[in-house]
Amino acid sequence: MTRTHSSLTELTEEQEAATVTPSDDPAAPRRRWWQARTEASRIWRQPVVVVALLVAGAWLVVAIAAPLLAPFDPLQQSSDVYASPGGDHLFGTDALGRDVLSRVIYGARLSIPLALTIVLCALAFGGLLGLVAGYVRGIIGESIMRLTDLFFAFPQIILAMAVAAAFGPSTLNAVVALVIVSWPIYARVIRGAVLSIRSEDYLNASRMLGVGPVAALRRDVMPNSFGPAVVLATLELGNSMLLLAALSFLGLGPRPPAAEWGAMIALGTNDISRWWVSVFPGLAILTVVMACNIIGDALRDRFDPQSVGGR
Amino acid sequence: MSLELRDIVVEYRGAHNSMVRAVNGVSLTVEPGKVVGLVGESGCGKSSLARVASGLIKASKGSVLFDGEPVAPLSWQRRPRRELGLQMVFQNPYSSLNPRRRIDAQLLDGVPADVPRRSRRSYVLEQLDRVGVAPDVAGRFPHQFSGGQLQRIAIARALVTRPSVLIADEPVTALDASSQVHVVNTLTQLVRDLDVGMLFISHDLALVRHIADTTAVMYLGKLAETAPTAQLWSQPGHPYTSSLIAAIPQVKAGAGLPVALAGEVPDPANVPTGCAFRPRCPHASDECTREPELWPHRAGRSACWLIHPGTEIPVRPAQPVA
Amino acid sequence: MGELLSMSGVGVSLPGLHRPVDVLKDVTLDVDPGEIVGIAGESGSGKSMTGRALLGLLPDGARVRGSIVFEGTDLAAGSGKAFRKVRGRRIAMVFQDSTAALHPMLTVGTQLTEHMRRHLGLGRRDANARAVQLMEQVRIPDPARALRSYPHQFSGGMRQRIAIAIALAAEPALLIADEPTTALDVTVQAGILRLFDRLVREMDLSIMFITHDLGVLAALANRTYVFYAGRVMETGPTEELLLRAQHPYTGALLSARPETADTGGEPVPLRPIPGQPATAASSPPGCPFHPRCPDRVAVCDQVTPPLVQVSATRVGTREAAHAAACHVHAPAAPVPVAVPAHREGAP
Repeated sequence: MTRTHSSLTELTEEQEAATVTPSDDPAAPRRRWWQARTEASRIWRQPVVVVALLVAGAWLVVAIAAPLLAPFDPLQQSSDVYASPGGDHLFGTDALGRDVLSRVIYGARLSIPLALTIVLCALAFGGLLGLVAGYVRGIIGESIMRLTDLFFAFPQIILAMAVAAAFGPSTLNAVVALVIVSWPIYARVIRGAVLSIRSEDYLNASRMLGVGPVAALRRDVMPNSFGPAVVLATLELGNSMLLLAALSFLGLGPRPPAAEWGAMIALGTNDISRWWVSVFPGLAILTVVMACNIIGDALRDRFDPQSVGGR
Repeated sequence: MSLELRDIVVEYRGAHNSMVRAVNGVSLTVEPGKVVGLVGESGCGKSSLARVASGLIKASKGSVLFDGEPVAPLSWQRRPRRELGLQMVFQNPYSSLNPRRRIDAQLLDGVPADVPRRSRRSYVLEQLDRVGVAPDVAGRFPHQFSGGQLQRIAIARALVTRPSVLIADEPVTALDASSQVHVVNTLTQLVRDLDVGMLFISHDLALVRHIADTTAVMYLGKLAETAPTAQLWSQPGHPYTSSLIAAIPQVKAGAGLPVALAGEVPDPANVPTGCAFRPRCPHASDECTREPELWPHRAGRSACWLIHPGTEIPVRPAQPVA
Repeated sequence: MGELLSMSGVGVSLPGLHRPVDVLKDVTLDVDPGEIVGIAGESGSGKSMTGRALLGLLPDGARVRGSIVFEGTDLAAGSGKAFRKVRGRRIAMVFQDSTAALHPMLTVGTQLTEHMRRHLGLGRRDANARAVQLMEQVRIPDPARALRSYPHQFSGGMRQRIAIAIALAAEPALLIADEPTTALDVTVQAGILRLFDRLVREMDLSIMFITHDLGVLAALANRTYVFYAGRVMETGPTEELLLRAQHPYTGALLSARPETADTGGEPVPLRPIPGQPATAASSPPGCPFHPRCPDRVAVCDQVTPPLVQVSATRVGTREAAHAAACHVHAPAAPVPVAVPAHREGAP
């Protein structure tokens, strides 16, 4: 895990030397910096990643501009129940005659911010505990880690269901339940990052300069564990959305008639022959989750160039 | 202000729960303005000693005295101010500078409190200038420098606290031949100019010869010999020192193959009794089953029975081994 | 001339970010049977690329120009099939990191015999007998027991000996040793150098020894090539080359090296080479060393100097040329371009 320069083979050194010009002349480092940027931007130029970024961007636009984009009121019921896709209702209508397209569009307003909230809260909570567990160790660190073990012992969705059911079905409770079940993974990852940074000489060097523990955490530990955290958060964004949808599907999330994707899928399963009722919200979840995962993977490549196959 | 190591013992738990003694009773003193070279092969305990001397790890026994006061091992709490005069230069400059912070920021961390706020930055630039790094690159990130430049920046960072003793743990091993020379010359210059004491740890005896006033040779956790550098080369007081010198490939007319030493460095968990070098020593005799002490030998000291009555040692070990 | 290997005008370029990047330029080099040839240079000089080019182990998309004639066949011509035929069998390689070269989960014996059975078609019994013999040849104590052991049970020096035994298993004609002693302690290094020296005398073997340490070559190599920025800067019989270095780069490398000879008094201060090393890709026009060279004259930044012979010495059975690529110290007969009048400092 630790990078030792001496372990680089000469092959990579030469390739490195081939792309990068170390020099005392002031123009050279700038060129090098620029090349480092193109190196990174190459990841963003992969077609899959471009598509993922476009999809994620499109969903953000949809969420923000929902009232402008949606052709109907998502809660407006009509007598036109189970209309097939096409005509007035591009995605058809559901059992209560509500326009599925409009509900999917409004669903973005609900699902995306909720997933973001879950991820940010879990990251803040789990990340803090992970930092402490990694840096202080001893009894405090051990207790935190045993606590995460306890959480890992249960399947996430079962635990989330139990917690949400105990609190009672509501949007807030679903979010709280999901934060409770998803923080341990952040604690784990951040602790691992901190442990590897603990043995880094730059931390030793800065402590030898007389830098205090809080400053060392902020300047040396946090910025260098940021990469894994961002990667994990992006990957978890998709996961949170799936869990949220699952809770809604089970009736433990946002209450009807709120247009939430998971709840919409649940409605559609009543009558599988009316496929459009569940397929379109399903596709919405699928595209968002996949975009998140691809972007997360790309971020991981960006932060850990060693995982990029063939530069 | 000097650094004094007294009877340092470093033990760690090895395989099968056995205790391994990486360092076994080493005493050394680093005086201001003087360079002490510490030489030994891999696994001899020189790096453990460096980490004890800087307070990065705790000695199992013995004491580290800086300016006469014991050095507290580094904990997660802030380092006491009076110890800031003891600084370290690490082996790998790529990992001893924080990759995500600009170098001036990293140097600013260590500026002493008595430097007025307004001149803190110029103080940092002054230190960079001392090691030959131009002020206009101070705002860059570590990845924008070459290995040799980074190591000089790391030296500048160590200078920020106005240290009186520097510990340099293999500071040039990770560098290219031409950067090695730059860094070594920078360090020697600083010792002379700033009257800093330095413990220079290296596996390269030839390099140490160029900068150390005193050289200490370590073998399996113990000092085999310590002597003024010139004497160590011209009249080595320990067969191990002779073997190290003879093993260095030379560029000269009719240079033959370097002389190899029989056998391998024994497992530190299973050190031979008596003189630890005995199984590989070309001069081993019955006396060597008893443990030698560091006896005075000319201007230095050597832990070898041969010099006990004051005999001289042949410069090269006898049999070449292939 | 009974050459084992002859590279002429070899250039290698790798696919780069924007355009192909040169790593070797116009390298001409030969190895005779039973000879140890040293390749010296700093990192980025292309010295390792030379070894890799010989084995056809270049990264995807690499392009090779010129000819690499080994035992009468041009390896560089054709689709790389020729490389596969000789690799591991006629040309073998030993690396700096013996840990990475050995499989951690297989016994030394398995790795050694498998190699022989594949390349030499030996039966199990013959392969085992030969494995023991090889282990004795590389001076591993208690060969039978060593063959049943795993790589991690050996020290670094012993592992490197095992890696050498494996490389020698298929009875290669050429062994490429890429910094094989760099990671080892001096006393262990001395043993490995002696081993190489003995192997060449005992077996029908040539060695190409790649290193950054001129001292190692002084002890071991019959002839040496000094590389800089993907080019050969100087070549000659090793002792002649090191004691009467013509190229300023060779001279600079030597004076940056810690003095080891007993000079009696204070050692000579180390002299750093000014500037930063160039690579083949970043090298300036003309002589790649000119920005760092103390002896440069006006032509140096315009014309790339060719290798010009300065003397010839008998090494073994052949006439070995001492040649350098330098306008000042090894001028070609007619100076290629008109030298501007202000050539100060030229001798």
